[in-house]
Amino acid sequence: MNFSIYDFSAFFTSIHEWLLGMMPEALVTTIEWITIGTAAILFTALLGLSLVYGERKVAAWFQLRIGPNRVGFQGVLQTVADILKLILKEPLTPKSSDKFLYNLAPFIMMMAPFIVIAALPYAKGLQVMDLEVGVFFVTAVSSIGVLGVLLAGWSSNNKYSLIGAMRSGAQIVSYELSAGLAILTVIVLSGSLQFGEIIESQREGWWIYRGHIPVWIAFIVFLIAGTAETNRGPFDLAEAESELTAGFHTEYSGIKFAFFFLAEYVNLFIIVVIAATVFLGGWMPLHIGGLDGFNAAMDIIPPIVWFLGKVTVLILLIMWFKWTFPRLRIDQILTLEWKYLLPISLVNIVLVAFITLMGWYF
Amino acid sequence: MEQNVIMNPDGTQEYFVNMGPQHPSTHGVLRLVLTLNGEIIEKVEPHLGYIHRSIEKMCEKDNYRQVIHLTDRMDYLSAHMNNHAVCLAIENGLDVEVPDRAVVIRVIMDELTRISSHTLWWGVMGMDLGAITSFLYGFRDHEYITEIFEETCGARLTMNYNVPGGVMFDLHPNFVQKTKDFIAEFKRKLPEYDTLLSNNVIFLERTKGVGILSKEMAISYGVTGPAGRASGFANDVRKHEPYSNYDKLDFKEILYTEGDTFHRYKARIDEMWESIKIIEQLIDNIPEGDFQAKTRKVIKLPKGEFYQKVETARGELGVFIVSDGKMNPYRMKFRSPGFSNLSALNEMAKGGKIADLVATMSTLDLVVPDIDR
Repeated sequence: MNFSIYDFSAFFTSIHEWLLGMMPEALVTTIEWITIGTAAILFTALLGLSLVYGERKVAAWFQLRIGPNRVGFQGVLQTVADILKLILKEPLTPKSSDKFLYNLAPFIMMMAPFIVIAALPYAKGLQVMDLEVGVFFVTAVSSIGVLGVLLAGWSSNNKYSLIGAMRSGAQIVSYELSAGLAILTVIVLSGSLQFGEIIESQREGWWIYRGHIPVWIAFIVFLIAGTAETNRGPFDLAEAESELTAGFHTEYSGIKFAFFFLAEYVNLFIIVVIAATVFLGGWMPLHIGGLDGFNAAMDIIPPIVWFLGKVTVLILLIMWFKWTFPRLRIDQILTLEWKYLLPISLVNIVLVAFITLMGWYF
Repeated sequence: MEQNVIMNPDGTQEYFVNMGPQHPSTHGVLRLVLTLNGEIIEKVEPHLGYIHRSIEKMCEKDNYRQVIHLTDRMDYLSAHMNNHAVCLAIENGLDVEVPDRAVVIRVIMDELTRISSHTLWWGVMGMDLGAITSFLYGFRDHEYITEIFEETCGARLTMNYNVPGGVMFDLHPNFVQKTKDFIAEFKRKLPEYDTLLSNNVIFLERTKGVGILSKEMAISYGVTGPAGRASGFANDVRKHEPYSNYDKLDFKEILYTEGDTFHRYKARIDEMWESIKIIEQLIDNIPEGDFQAKTRKVIKLPKGEFYQKVETARGELGVFIVSDGKMNPYRMKFRSPGFSNLSALNEMAKGGKIADLVATMSTLDLVVPDIDR
C-alpha cells in the first residue's frame, strides 16, 4: 500500500485492489459500503462531539469563563460524558403527541447531514463520492432537515414547539434561496457542479480572490444565509430559549434530544465546508497564478491541513456571531431576507454572469 | 383556565399560551397568559400568587427589629433600599436622629445596590434578547459589589444591614478603598456595555419604538422608577421628596419622553452614571462619629400611622405602618414598584410580537418576589 498524506486516492485504490485479489467483486462492494457507512457515522458523532466542546470553549473565552475543564485533559471528555448521560436518559414521548411523527422527526433531522457528509470533499482523494451534481445534491439533501424541525414542532402537541417550528419553517425556506443563489455565482464562474472540478478550478487562486467583488458579496450573503439555515444565533428563533423555552425540541429528551443537538452542529459543519470549498478553495493550498516558487512552498502543507484550517476559521467566525449578537425578531429576519439579501443575490448573479461572459476575472 | 378560552362567533377559539410559571424570561415564578394571533399578542394577563409568602402578615407578629430582615426577601436585588425604607418609617415614629455617619453610609450602600441591581438587569436584558454573553459581563460587575457588601455586612444578597437609628456595624476598614477601586474600574467597564448592546444594530432594531408607554398611561398605572421616567413621568423620590441626605447631593433625574423599550434601557444605563456621581461625592467625606443612634432594645412605636417612601432600583417603594402602641405593628403595607410596573405590561405589549413582549418585560426589570410578597 502506498500511502501519501498529499493524495489519498492512491491509498484507497490500493486497498480496493488488495481486497479484489482476495474475494469476489460483490463482496468487496458490500464490505466497502459497510465500512464507509460506519466510518461516516463515527465521523459524524466525533464531529458533533468536538464541535460541541469547541463551542463551549469558544463561548467561555468570550464570556470571561474557563469552560469545561474537569473531565479529561482540559475537559475534552466532557461532551462524551454528556452524550453518555443523554443516551442513558429516558426518551419520553408525550401522551397526546403524534407518536409516529414524534419519533420519526429526530431521525430525519440526523439523516440529512449523514447523507451530505458523504458528498463533501475533505482532501485530495478523501471523499466518498465526487458526484457530478455535488453542489446541487448537497443543497437539496441538507434542506430535508427542515422537515424534521417542522415534524418535531407539529407532533409534540406543544404550543411553544409549534410556534418554533413555524418560525423555522418560514426562516429556513426563505434563506435557502439566498444561500443557493450565492453558491450559484461560483458555479457560473467555474462552470461545474462537481466539487472536484470546482476545487480544481481554483488552482490558480481561490474564487474569493479571482472572482473579486461579486464573489465577496456572495460569500458574505452565504455566511449570513448559512447561519440562518443552521438555526444558530443571531437567527436561533426556532429555539429562542428566552421566548419559547426550547422551541421545536421542547418536549424531546434523552437520545432524541441529542440527535437535534448534534444535527445542529453537523449542519454548521456542512455549511462551513460548502463555504470553504466553493469560495476558499477547499483543500486547495493558497496559490497565486504565476508565482511558481510560492505555490510550490504552499504545496508542502498537506491539503487536509488547508481544509481543516479554513473550516476552523469559518466555524470560529460563525461562533463569534452567535456569542456577540442579540437575536433578531421574526419579521426582521424575513425582512432581511426578502428585502435585502434576495435582491442583492439576484443582482449579483446577473453581475457575475456578465463578468464571466466578458472574462473580467483573474 | 376556562375563563381564558374565548370562543369566537365562528366556533374557533382564541390561541392562548401560558408563559410561566416556569419560563426562562419571566425571571421567577410569574405566569403570563398570552392571547395570541399567530405571533402577535392580543392580550397579556399576569397571574400572581406562585411565590406569595405573606410577608405583610408575618410582619404583624414580629417586632419592629425583626420586620427589617423580611423586607430583604421582597426585592432581593435592592435589599438595602427596602431595609432603608422600613428603618426610615420606624425612625419617623420614634423620632430618633440618625447620626450623620450612618446617613452617609446608608446612601452609599443604596447607590451601590442600585448599581449592582442595574448591572444584573443589564446582563439579563441581553440574555432575554438572545445575547448570552452580556449576562456574564453584567454578573462580573455585580460580583465586585457583592464582595464589598460581604466584607461590611457579612451577607452578599440579603444584607439586613440597616437597623432603626443607623446601621448594624461600622464600615469594614477596606470599604472606602474597595469602593473607590470599584468605581474607577466600573467607569471603564460601563462604556463596554454600550459597545456590546447599546450600539449594536440588532439591539437597536429590537428595542427602538417597541413597547411604547405614554406618559398619561405611566401616571395612571403608577409606573415608577426608570420605566416611568423613560415615559416622561418625573417621579424620582430622591429628587421630589428627598430622604436621608439626597437633598444635599448633586445628581440628575434621568428623564426621557419616548417611553419605548430602548429609552427604558437608556434610563437605567444613565442612572448608573448618576449613582457613580453620588458615590464619588460621598466616599471621601464619610463623617466620623457614631454609626448608630441609641434606641431601646424593644421598640414600641406610638399609636398612629407612619409612611415612608424611597427610590429603589425598580421605582417607588412605600412602607406604611399602622401602630397600636404595642411592640409589633398592627398592620404593615408595602407599595412595591414591581407590582404597579407589571400592571402596565398589557398596555405595552399589546399588538407586538412575542419577542417584543420579552424585551419589554425585561426593561420593566421585574423581580417576582417583589410583585408577590
